[in-house]
Amino acid sequence: MTSHSESHHDPHLAHHFESPAQQYQSARLGMWVFLVTEILFFGGLFCAYAVYRANHPEIFIFGHHFLDKGLGAFNTVVLICSSLTIAWAVRAAQLKQIRILKLMISLTLVCAFTFLGVKYVEYSHKWHAGLLWARSYAPQVDHGDGDHGATPESVQMAAPAGGESAAGATAAPAQPAPATAATPDHSNIAPAATGPAGLAVEAAGGGDEVVAEPKNAQTFFSIYFLMTGLHGIHVLGGIGAMFWLLFCARRGDFDTGHFTKVDMVALYWHLVDLIWIYLFLLLYLIH
Amino acid sequence: MTVDTPGAAAAASPATHAHDNYLTAGRGLLSWLFTLDHKRIGVMYLVGILSSFFLGGVFALLVRTELLTPGPTIMTADTYNKMFTLHGAVMIFLFIIPGIPATLGNFVLPLMLGAKDVALPRLNLASFWLWMIGAVVAVASIIMGAVDTGWTFYTPYSTTTGTAVISMTLGAFILGFSSIFTGLNFIVTVHKLRPEGMTWFKMPLFVWGIYSTAIIQVLATPVLGITLLLLIAERTLGVGIFDPALGGDPVLYQHFFWFYSHPAVYIMILPAMAIMSELMSVFSHKHIFGYRFIAWSSIAIAVLSFLVWGHHMFTSGQSGLANMVFSALTFSVAIPSAVKVFNWLATMYKGSISLDTPMLYALSFLFLFSIGGLTGLFLGALATDIHLHDTYFVVAHFHYVMFGGTVIAFLGGLHYWWPKLFGRMYSERWGRIGALLIFVGFNVTFFTQFVMGSHGMPRRYYNYLEQFKPYHQASTYGSYLLSLGFVVVAGYLLHSLFRGEKAPNNPWGGATLEWETSSPPPSSNFAHEMLAGDPYDIESLRFDPETRGYVRKDPGSVLLTRVGA
Repeated sequence: MTSHSESHHDPHLAHHFESPAQQYQSARLGMWVFLVTEILFFGGLFCAYAVYRANHPEIFIFGHHFLDKGLGAFNTVVLICSSLTIAWAVRAAQLKQIRILKLMISLTLVCAFTFLGVKYVEYSHKWHAGLLWARSYAPQVDHGDGDHGATPESVQMAAPAGGESAAGATAAPAQPAPATAATPDHSNIAPAATGPAGLAVEAAGGGDEVVAEPKNAQTFFSIYFLMTGLHGIHVLGGIGAMFWLLFCARRGDFDTGHFTKVDMVALYWHLVDLIWIYLFLLLYLIH
Repeated sequence: MTVDTPGAAAAASPATHAHDNYLTAGRGLLSWLFTLDHKRIGVMYLVGILSSFFLGGVFALLVRTELLTPGPTIMTADTYNKMFTLHGAVMIFLFIIPGIPATLGNFVLPLMLGAKDVALPRLNLASFWLWMIGAVVAVASIIMGAVDTGWTFYTPYSTTTGTAVISMTLGAFILGFSSIFTGLNFIVTVHKLRPEGMTWFKMPLFVWGIYSTAIIQVLATPVLGITLLLLIAERTLGVGIFDPALGGDPVLYQHFFWFYSHPAVYIMILPAMAIMSELMSVFSHKHIFGYRFIAWSSIAIAVLSFLVWGHHMFTSGQSGLANMVFSALTFSVAIPSAVKVFNWLATMYKGSISLDTPMLYALSFLFLFSIGGLTGLFLGALATDIHLHDTYFVVAHFHYVMFGGTVIAFLGGLHYWWPKLFGRMYSERWGRIGALLIFVGFNVTFFTQFVMGSHGMPRRYYNYLEQFKPYHQASTYGSYLLSLGFVVVAGYLLHSLFRGEKAPNNPWGGATLEWETSSPPPSSNFAHEMLAGDPYDIESLRFDPETRGYVRKDPGSVLLTRVGA
């Protein structure tokens, strides 16, 4: 192909296109269609989520308390910022501002790595706490049998879990995020504190036995890891694409105002961002 | 537009075409494996797909041979389960889904648009490579103990069986992405590379059919991808979404699977219908009848294909209301299908019909597809489906549609474009003999299955009652006759590659753009800018005894609109 395009004065125009505009429009349509397939790809998981949640709401109510809303919200902000920087990068490429372009792509990369770093912290919490998918699910804190309280950390979770402290239960949900964010090292404990507390609140209103871990609670973590894991793979793909853009920028591909590549990666990145927002809502912020 | 001839052969004129064709443009295996030329990719796909068809056919013959007698004949019951699974999986995922679009579509679609290539040639090559990787992974499952779940991989059996389900589903997952990329490429190509003057309703109907197929490929296949991933996660991690012991729902798997796999049935049949529209018009030497109806019916089928998946689960405990809705929607698919069939018949009416080999396949299609389609209505009707569900009636129905429809049209298309693909004519006499053998062999094989199915013979059974023996034996002998037909076809087609007569540019009298270039076409497809006119203006052509092909009666015909600036 490269040998073919040498006959054109525009090095970016492939031989089978008549004009750069036609080539750009084709790439753009192709990318949009690809994004549609991505949505349907994730759609299957969202559908599985919806069906399972409709059948077993208690598992989701129980499980989501173990997710750290603070870190999730932070990651959401990080990704939204990265969408801004990548959009800015497209604008810079259009205006041939190569320095700004490189800066913006680098900033987007920083955001992407920050996101993955936070995700790593979250995953390792769950890893240590044994809050894993399916067969690997082996929580190291047991809930509801009320015999813990030996360590200060576990008091936090055990007190409401035992259902004996209505005061603690009502207090805890008021500030769940700071509590969890403040203790990132005590992985298995902090999320649990908000967890049973939230349940206990409901229990105060409706019944007594909701604090117990529901059957098949591990399915929540299966779904959590499947959805965020697939999203994480997409983030990795985006990181690869952005390094490629930096390489292209160094090579001088964008000096002529050819911005198709940046535009395509940006479209993809916006979708990755958008899917995360839904994941955040559906996994972290449910009641 | 400047005339741009890629490669060294600058400014090729029609006279020098013979020396510059895509087959000889580069030498060596690597020049093929890394080509970006849609024609070469189409030919590579053709080789891969026909090899898969051979493999799937061998499995089918083993299944039929086993069923010659009740009880053990040549294999154990476990091997039999693996054989019919492999037959289904190989035929569906490796052969029939990529079948027409990736081979003939890849080759012909850009030519019909007067374009130099598909819009995204690199993606096209990537799609082929994905197909190869997926095929290797899927076929590797045979070595790893094969699969015995049936090609649908229904849970809970597929999550508990000890066979190589992961390898096969991973293969199908990768093949799915190959299919998505092919479809995506065609959508962009049709939208962006049409020549000036070729409005949507001046596109050849083959393009309409492939375009509708591409929409389904792009919208349905990702769902299969995630479904198979979930199945793999279920097996490796024990996730439980499909496992009732963990609060999951095995019927959810069926919903996911058929949300893809029912539209996939139309991924198979729409390209076949696309070929039919070309064959009917060209071999009747008459303008297609009801152009707009055929074009819209392709889109209608694509849309309806997404709304009928539930008819696979009439007996799976679906609610009565859902059954009723899905049944009604299923019936509605018959409308656009019938629109096509009647328009083809009307095209033949008062035409000057040539019974060349491609037309024999087209006529076979009309006959077999009508039977396949109408028996689909039996199965779509709730009451009769209870009786016929999971019997040989279903097997016969989908073989009439898939084989009698898609494979027969694929053969018709292959014969129709063979001169364009390779620049050689095959033996017409042997072509007709082959078509006849396949038609007779097919009907003997599968019509008997309608009868035994309606008498209650269940599908996928290793053993059967003595009363079904005559049907099973007739079916098996029919399958041997069918294989003989394919041996004949393979024989004369291969022979033609080396000894065949040189093909003229337009051997049949088609008016679409691919017949305007040489056979085989040059790497750049056309030596000059293309002209777009009415693709079915077949009466403007006349037979030229000198070249033994068709030429325009008036080369400067006013019907042609000049394209380009």
